[in-house]
Amino acid sequence: MIGLGHYLILASILFAIGLVGVIRRKNLLMLFFATEIMLNAANVAFAAISSYHNDLTGQMFAFFIVAVAASEVAVGLGLLILLYKKYGSLDLDDYTMLKG
Amino acid sequence: METFAFYFLAISITILFTITVWSKNILNAMTALAAGMILISGLFFILRADFLGVVQLIVYVGAVMALYAFGMMFFDATGTVKEKNRPNFTVLLLGVLTAVLLVGIFTAPTLINGVPSFYPEMAGATNPQAVGLVLFTKYLVPFEVAAIMLLVAMIAGIILAGKKMDNSISRMSEEELKAQLEKDSK
Repeated sequence: MIGLGHYLILASILFAIGLVGVIRRKNLLMLFFATEIMLNAANVAFAAISSYHNDLTGQMFAFFIVAVAASEVAVGLGLLILLYKKYGSLDLDDYTMLKG
Repeated sequence: METFAFYFLAISITILFTITVWSKNILNAMTALAAGMILISGLFFILRADFLGVVQLIVYVGAVMALYAFGMMFFDATGTVKEKNRPNFTVLLLGVLTAVLLVGIFTAPTLINGVPSFYPEMAGATNPQAVGLVLFTKYLVPFEVAAIMLLVAMIAGIILAGKKMDNSISRMSEEELKAQLEKDSK
């Protein structure tokens, strides 16, 4: 029988993978992918605790996380398309004009 | 059976997401991410969160990944991504913070033993029915706020991506592109 700890360990492993991606990648699109991984890891933890604690609140939070992720992608991808049209690159190292 | 399903899904998801993070090709990363999201919905079905699993499939795999796939049209996604990485102090700090976070995650289940559950699974109701009952009574205001947020995001996405859609840079000739760039820089 699988315990709650298994799911939480899986969720933290996935979150760590996403965090490594955010730190490591320099491509803006890859950063978005890593963010999605982190949001999904949080969803797994929420669903697992909701199931083992016999409480629907965790699933409710997971739904709102899904909604936030969807709107984040819509706005973020629009911004990425604008950036790519203007500068022709998605590399973070090309966007250092705010450096003093 | 449940044990086998969990380990199969867990190992596959970990491998697929690792590919997403390490891949040099955007298309490979996107495909691995989509596959991993499909398998995560399997985890939700094991946890008896049926409705969440279906939402995961429809919203993440159906909408979000399709949006990324369409977004690929605007980017040069065929080549490999060139990145230069250098280790620095921030990585170290974030690593320590992650370790603290993981300790918090693992000690959290010991704290929830005495907590009463607000909305327990209702007897005789399937998971989608129970979710509907709780979502449209106790969480109605956050639900409406989320609806407004999605509307705002939709309008923002249309306005941001649709700006100057009539003159596409990739289909201009060199001269037209130069004229356009000069006009933009003014």
